[in-house]
Amino acid sequence: MTDAAIVEQGESAHRSLWGDVWVQFRSHKGAMAGTIIFGLICLLVAVGPYIHTIDAQYLDYRAKNAGMSWAHPLGTDNYGRDMFAQILQGGRTSLAVGLTAMVISLVIGTLVGVLAGYFRWLDGPLMRLTDLFLALPLLPLLLVIVMLFRDTLRAAFGPETGIFLLIVGVIGLTSWMQTARIVRGDVLALKEREFVLAAKSIGTPPRRIISRHVMPNVLSPIMVSATLGIANAIITESAVSFLGLGFPPDYPTWGQLVFQNQNFIDLHPERPIIPAIAISLTVISVNFMGDGLRDALDPRIRGR
Amino acid sequence: MLDEAPKILVSVRGLKMHFAIHKGLLRRQVGTVKAVDDVSFDIYEGETLGLVGESGCGKSTAGRSILRLYDPTDGVVELEGQDIVPVTGERLRDLRPAMQMIFQDPQACLNPRMTVGSIIAEPLDEHLKLSRTERRNRVNELMDAVGLNRDFANRYPHEFSGGQRQRIGIARALALNPKFIVCDEPIAALDVSIQAQVVNLLEDLQRKFGLTYLFISHDLSMVRHLATRVAVMYLGKIVELAPRDALYSAPMHPYTQALLSAVPDPDPNAAERKERIILEGDVPSPANPPEGCNFCTRCAQVMDICRKIEPEWRDHGNGHYAACHRLGEA
Repeated sequence: MTDAAIVEQGESAHRSLWGDVWVQFRSHKGAMAGTIIFGLICLLVAVGPYIHTIDAQYLDYRAKNAGMSWAHPLGTDNYGRDMFAQILQGGRTSLAVGLTAMVISLVIGTLVGVLAGYFRWLDGPLMRLTDLFLALPLLPLLLVIVMLFRDTLRAAFGPETGIFLLIVGVIGLTSWMQTARIVRGDVLALKEREFVLAAKSIGTPPRRIISRHVMPNVLSPIMVSATLGIANAIITESAVSFLGLGFPPDYPTWGQLVFQNQNFIDLHPERPIIPAIAISLTVISVNFMGDGLRDALDPRIRGR
Repeated sequence: MLDEAPKILVSVRGLKMHFAIHKGLLRRQVGTVKAVDDVSFDIYEGETLGLVGESGCGKSTAGRSILRLYDPTDGVVELEGQDIVPVTGERLRDLRPAMQMIFQDPQACLNPRMTVGSIIAEPLDEHLKLSRTERRNRVNELMDAVGLNRDFANRYPHEFSGGQRQRIGIARALALNPKFIVCDEPIAALDVSIQAQVVNLLEDLQRKFGLTYLFISHDLSMVRHLATRVAVMYLGKIVELAPRDALYSAPMHPYTQALLSAVPDPDPNAAERKERIILEGDVPSPANPPEGCNFCTRCAQVMDICRKIEPEWRDHGNGHYAACHRLGEA
């Protein structure tokens, strides 16, 4: 082989980062299973209501407490509402709440953590703020906030969007502290590594040191927080709804379905169990996706 | 150096780098670690100044302060006549390309999440506006210059051996055509066979690009091989500075004598005959250095005056500088 041929071969063998990540992600069986299950859940929740067209809110008294049938695949509840339609409708809300609240808490947590870890003068104030939020009793606080702002937001954005924004905002704003602490710890350790010093000696400004050298290396803990955050948000939303201050009772979410139907667990065990399974499946599949993504993004694990 | 007066590239005057110690509930300052305490020397263009000393004597801190990776407490560092100590922010950033650093730990100085190509290209991205092809060509050039296969540009640092990683670090330091490079123990973490390769590479690059090195090391034989002049540091101060041959053949300062006597001799007969000066005790804490001469607690030839008055930094002819009371009386 001539020199020119070797050079050409070298240049054609260019690997793209995301190509490598995808190859590694695919080889992680748990992550692939998680992705497929999560994809199916999303698809079902998004498309389902157009196929199974019964209104989730429609009260069909003559068919209350019905078992499984073609008209009502998962039966009806004690008011005669179709369970399957409720689960599809509730899934949309629960997933939207989970994902949005996770994104909010992740953005705040990462921002606070990175700033506190990287800039020494911000460390004290920001971490004391984090401690302050951690010390707040969460549930009473949630209830007070919901009480205070529900009506204002409803008036401004309409009943459904208003309450959605409120719940998502409140969950996001009260669950970022763990992420912030973990990220800060990692940033503190990374900041002293020589490659950060090397970047400084090159003249890379702090914002690009953070985006290029620090952020990619704290991705693992952020990934873990993200996947746990979705689960946490779905469950917190259920708790708030259960206390009557979340979404109104005629507006189903998975958490609410579990609570509404738990009284009937002796007679109709499938009614609380099916939405509970939906919650667990979502949480587990997202967890596995996060695990796979974390491995795929780490070049030291990739290719093993 | 030759007849014509050599040009001074870097001039360090009275450089001090003190770190505050905070203790207690209120984080009050209870003292300072004098990592580098009043250090002065010049580095001529094209030479290699070796900086030697035992662990913790402030060699690395001195190197990093000169590159303005720390904010020095006091002193003047002139790079081509411009004092860079008071410069900050964007103007300091513009000065960065002229001075670069090669690090001790080749594993830790490369970001594990970046490919070799992007690591070498980082200085280019920061300071130059190059098109994709220009950038790739420059990276290829640099990889050729340090003897790395071009195909490795898409690999990650963990896929390389220590010597290859050090070459990546060197390529990154060379990217912006610097004049002055601080080599912070670049061979300390490497295998002996690889050390020779890296040192030869450094020499080749110096010849090719006209580089000036500040070579920090505790390996005296390697410094003897590489350096034009050698400075010996002890507890934050330079105790002796001399052209290489003068320092190795006729060391003046008792510390340098002790240090040189510790270098292993490859000839077993000579090694047996050799008299070693064994220093007692430990290096005093730089937070609480002794009064008078820093070396007075361990010096074999200590006198009363050494415990009271700090010795003066004096020229003893032919560019041989030392700070010791013994030399004054001779």
